[in-house]
Amino acid sequence: MLKVENINVYYGAIHAIKGVSFEVNDGEIVTLIGANGAGKSTTLQTISGLLHSPTGSITFQGENIASVPAPKLVSKGLAQVPEGRRIFLNMTVEENLEMGAYTRPSSEVEPHLARVYDLFPRMKERRRQVAGTLSGGEQQMLAMGRALMSDPKLIMLDEPSMGLAPILVEQIFDIIKELHKVGTTILLVEQNAQMALSVADRGYVLETGKIVSSGTGSELLNDESVKKAYLGG
Amino acid sequence: MSFLNNVITGVSLGSIYAIIALGYTMVYGIAKMLNFAHGDVIMVGAFMCFFAMGSFGLPPLVGVLLAVVVCTVLGMVIERLAYKPLRQAPSLAVLITAIGVSYLLQNGAQILWGAATKTFTPIISPTNAAGEPNALQLFGGQLSISYVALLSIVVCLVVMVSLTLFTGRTKLGKAMRACSEDKGAAQLMGINVDSTISMTFAIGSALAAVAGVLMCSAYPILSPTTGSLPGIRAFTAAVFGGIGSIPGAFLGGILLGIIETFAKAYISTDLSDAVVFAVLIIVLLVKPAGLLGKYVPEKV
Ligand SMILES: Nc1ncnc2c1ncn2[C@@H]1O[C@H](COP(=O)(O)OP(=O)(O)OP(=O)(O)O)[C@@H](O)[C@H]1O
Ligand SMILES: [Mg+2]
Repeated sequence: MLKVENINVYYGAIHAIKGVSFEVNDGEIVTLIGANGAGKSTTLQTISGLLHSPTGSITFQGENIASVPAPKLVSKGLAQVPEGRRIFLNMTVEENLEMGAYTRPSSEVEPHLARVYDLFPRMKERRRQVAGTLSGGEQQMLAMGRALMSDPKLIMLDEPSMGLAPILVEQIFDIIKELHKVGTTILLVEQNAQMALSVADRGYVLETGKIVSSGTGSELLNDESVKKAYLGG
Repeated sequence: MSFLNNVITGVSLGSIYAIIALGYTMVYGIAKMLNFAHGDVIMVGAFMCFFAMGSFGLPPLVGVLLAVVVCTVLGMVIERLAYKPLRQAPSLAVLITAIGVSYLLQNGAQILWGAATKTFTPIISPTNAAGEPNALQLFGGQLSISYVALLSIVVCLVVMVSLTLFTGRTKLGKAMRACSEDKGAAQLMGINVDSTISMTFAIGSALAAVAGVLMCSAYPILSPTTGSLPGIRAFTAAVFGGIGSIPGAFLGGILLGIIETFAKAYISTDLSDAVVFAVLIIVLLVKPAGLLGKYVPEKV
């Protein structure tokens, strides 16, 4: 589904991503774990076209998308839930969701809305509420719902559990599993390595811009160095 | 009656400010820049109508349409050539560029059309064929509201309602609001930010053209600097109401028109601008975001 090969990303003089390659197969949950500043968000933003790599290639469903501008990628089936949610705070819940379906024909908005409300009943209750007044957990749900409105083939989630109480983290991961069950391919970036690796088919560990190890979720969970660095011993 | 007359004069002048302020505020909302050339687009619009009607004897409606078309294109060209290359630049660089564009338009107009003040042909002539004023006479003629003033108020209301519907109900309008809030997130939704910004400049400049024609019809003098003072006042109105807010620009424009008219009538013509700014400063001290501006706190 997605194949990233030898990408390098620079912020001015800072070399943030140094020759990263990985792939995500159809229907998989793949997680990218790593400490603060490892380059996880930078990687996702490069895939979704907000940042660019002068080297390598990014192939999505057989097409090199490295030079496709960000807005065009959505209609190709790629959606991202950005770090920090970045919902439209001055717009209502439903308007946020409508924006998620911006590239879809208007006849598809209703069915997608129904599906998202099914997944997040809370959003249905709050649909006329201004998004800025939602709680942090609700905002995360809205951000996920908004990304799902484009009916993506691959959804990239950037730290969906950030700043949430354990019960909400559970809820978010339940939804990730549910999406997985219906066949959505997921690229999950997390600092909560324990949770991420336990739901993921495969994972990659990113350290200061480089992939240092990879394996199936359970392999990484039992890997000594991963345990030490990311699982608290 | 003079009080009521002043109110109506104020509201109609304020309506023109509001139409200009709407352009300022929409552009600010999406591009986060003060387009100081906005006032000069007004002047270009007025000149287009002036030539269409005065030199070619075309009907007023054609003059207005020509002004709107030319200004729409002009606004988009200015954005594309002057501001788009500076999207990532520090805001001071953009501000200086905007001032530069403003002077470019003024000087360009001076070269093309001369610096001398021209007498504008109002789209509704002040008097009819029989020599009676083209005005609504109320209370046995004690209260006289010119048709141009009425037209300004009506146009302003129509513009305000249309923009509210556009930004609140249509897909493009909502995309515009999304871009105003977060361009990166808007791109992740599939919204083309560049064309949305361009569209906003187009709308703002079309409104400037309408305002220019209305303003010169009410105060029929025209020169290359005609747009600069109303531009600054409308900018003040936009800040007054809360920059970035559409109802704010409307409210700010109307209030500014009323305050200016009353200051002229009851205080002093020379001091009217000072009074307007004094009120602005007081409002901003109490409400730093302007009357209707608001900050939504971000949840972490
Ligand atoms: N806009 C920017 N300008 C300059 N440097 C940046 C910028 N964004 C990120 N960086 C740098 O690039 C590196 C990777 O950042 P990135 O945000 O991708 O990390 P991350 O793995 O997502 O971290 P976190 O878990 O804290 O979100 C960091 O060293 C960061 O300081
Ligand atoms: Mg990050």
